[in-house]
Amino acid sequence: MSEEGIREGQFFINGDEACAEGAISAGCRFFAGYPITPATEIAERMSRRLPEIGGVYVQMEDEIASMNAILGASWAGVKAMTSTSGPGFSLMMENLGLGVMLETPCVVVNVQRAGPSTGLPTSVGQGDMMQAKWGSHGVYEIIAIVPSSPQEMFDFTITAFNLSEKYRVPVLLMADETVGHMSEKVVMRRVAPEELVQRRRPTAPPGKYWPYQPDSDLVPPMAIAGEGYRFHVTGLTHDERGYPEMTAAAQERLVRRLVDKIRLNRKDIINYEEVGTEDAEVVVCAYGITARVARRAVQQARDEGIRAGLLRLITVWPFAEDRVRELSQQVKAFVVPEINYGQIVLEVERCAGGRAKTLLLPHMGGGMHQPQTILEGIREALR
Amino acid sequence: MPHIWCAGCGIGSAVGCFIRAIDRTGLNADKMALVSGIGCSGRAAGYVRLDSFHTTHGRAIPFATGLKLANPELNVVVFSGEGDLASIGGNHLIHAARRNIDMTVICINNFNYGMTGGQLGPTTPLDARSATSPYGNYEPPFNLPRLVAAAGATFVARWTVFHLRQLERCIAEALVKPGFSFVEVIAHCPTAYGRLNKQGQGVDGLRYYKEKSVVRNGADPSEADIGMSGPILVGKFIDIERPTFWNNYMQVSNKAQKK
Ligand code: SF4
Repeated sequence: MSEEGIREGQFFINGDEACAEGAISAGCRFFAGYPITPATEIAERMSRRLPEIGGVYVQMEDEIASMNAILGASWAGVKAMTSTSGPGFSLMMENLGLGVMLETPCVVVNVQRAGPSTGLPTSVGQGDMMQAKWGSHGVYEIIAIVPSSPQEMFDFTITAFNLSEKYRVPVLLMADETVGHMSEKVVMRRVAPEELVQRRRPTAPPGKYWPYQPDSDLVPPMAIAGEGYRFHVTGLTHDERGYPEMTAAAQERLVRRLVDKIRLNRKDIINYEEVGTEDAEVVVCAYGITARVARRAVQQARDEGIRAGLLRLITVWPFAEDRVRELSQQVKAFVVPEINYGQIVLEVERCAGGRAKTLLLPHMGGGMHQPQTILEGIREALR
Repeated sequence: MPHIWCAGCGIGSAVGCFIRAIDRTGLNADKMALVSGIGCSGRAAGYVRLDSFHTTHGRAIPFATGLKLANPELNVVVFSGEGDLASIGGNHLIHAARRNIDMTVICINNFNYGMTGGQLGPTTPLDARSATSPYGNYEPPFNLPRLVAAAGATFVARWTVFHLRQLERCIAEALVKPGFSFVEVIAHCPTAYGRLNKQGQGVDGLRYYKEKSVVRNGADPSEADIGMSGPILVGKFIDIERPTFWNNYMQVSNKAQKK
């Protein structure tokens, strides 16, 4: 362990634990949470690690409180995170909206399990992908990243903090039970300071600073409590000074900017991985644990002489629509395996725009696809 | 200053007491943060020159908890109404008291949801009329001092907006008191609750508080129930010492760091 308490080296740990360590390496020093399977190990690790490095762990009374506590901590200038699963994620939705409206950097981890309701609490699901985008009320745009391995639970938690600080928006890490609970080799490292993004701070002095006056990238610099700025922020529709302005014109200006700061910067935000797509006639579009199964199936299809490729989504929101549109002009079909009854497939279909066929391979959760199922899907898509 | 409150509303007087109380303590206002929820009282955050947060309905306390624990040097105050703090936010209220988070909660209790037109709230007295109890309330109300005292608050007081000097002094005391301080302010809402229960205008409300209030410092909060026609027990009920969340956390953290 380094002087600042950052773990370095190779460890054999599960995805949840790797996520907690990634957060610490990213500079997270505040965690508020509520126990829920299969995300509890993140909270447990944070409760052990944060006190020893001078951070704060607080177990709140519920997930509503956890979400609000991390917003408050972020406004005190500390990088903050919470973690949960399906039912708790639903409870966080109200104040995820507050986070968006106040433009508060923070990270929310959802280790997805099979629902609806209590469902299969200890088994895998990917049923919250649309909730991640649409779950809170009103009009907004969010960033959501999906890890496929414990190593990525570590790495992408750092990415999530960086994006949240850069764009002043809550960032969701949409893991799943399998990735959270599986143990693999994880290389942990101290992240160089220049690799860590810190929110842009005001340059104007108190009295001259407007909390919601954006820079050219549409993101406003952020003051924090206790520095003498004496700023006001509100969940009501507000003007650039931060005070309520309850008009359609103010709503238009504010909400457009909240959405556009993500949409117009999407090239910087969106990340995906491609395998064998250059000459592909069929592309499997997958994410999370399912992408690992899909990789195997794509290899098997290649062995059979099918020109198959994999588009693995790393950022699911904003959706990689430019790339899917491009691919739709080249491929005959997209195959979309998901541990739900069709969520991200709707986006693929929309972007394919009828130029390529789209085939959903649903799984209701509690387990994963077999490579064979995806291979058959690839064959069927070409028939 | 233009504000959203109705003529004769009691909230403004309570905000005035709060602002004068800050002066009285000599605390550095740069290091003070005010957090409000939603409702008429929740709009207080927009009228003070402090770092101020107008959050969601019921959630001011957990937001304030995050602010305080992430920067213990901040003096964190929650100013909101009883519907916000004790109904939708009731769970947060009792848990913050239990943890003994070092913050001051100023709770305006006007016995109804004024902003939405006077519906039944968690403290509406039995038999009182509201927009959703047109035949009279059939739910017993919370006695807030008793609730938060039982949950572990170290400072619990109640005044009405008739008792401006006492209220100002009381808030000042609460602001410097370590631990979870709760100040309930009984205020009239002439537009909604007052109209529905024929309590007259703002000045009639003050006259009512003058007549019905009984000052008893140190009283057992279990005697502080409020009925339709008084009496209203006021005073400082609880003022005790108990380790704050931060005191306890620092001990644990120091132990963990030595390991
Ligand atoms: S509705 Fe009642 S509480 Fe709200 S501002 Fe008017 S008088 Fe005050």
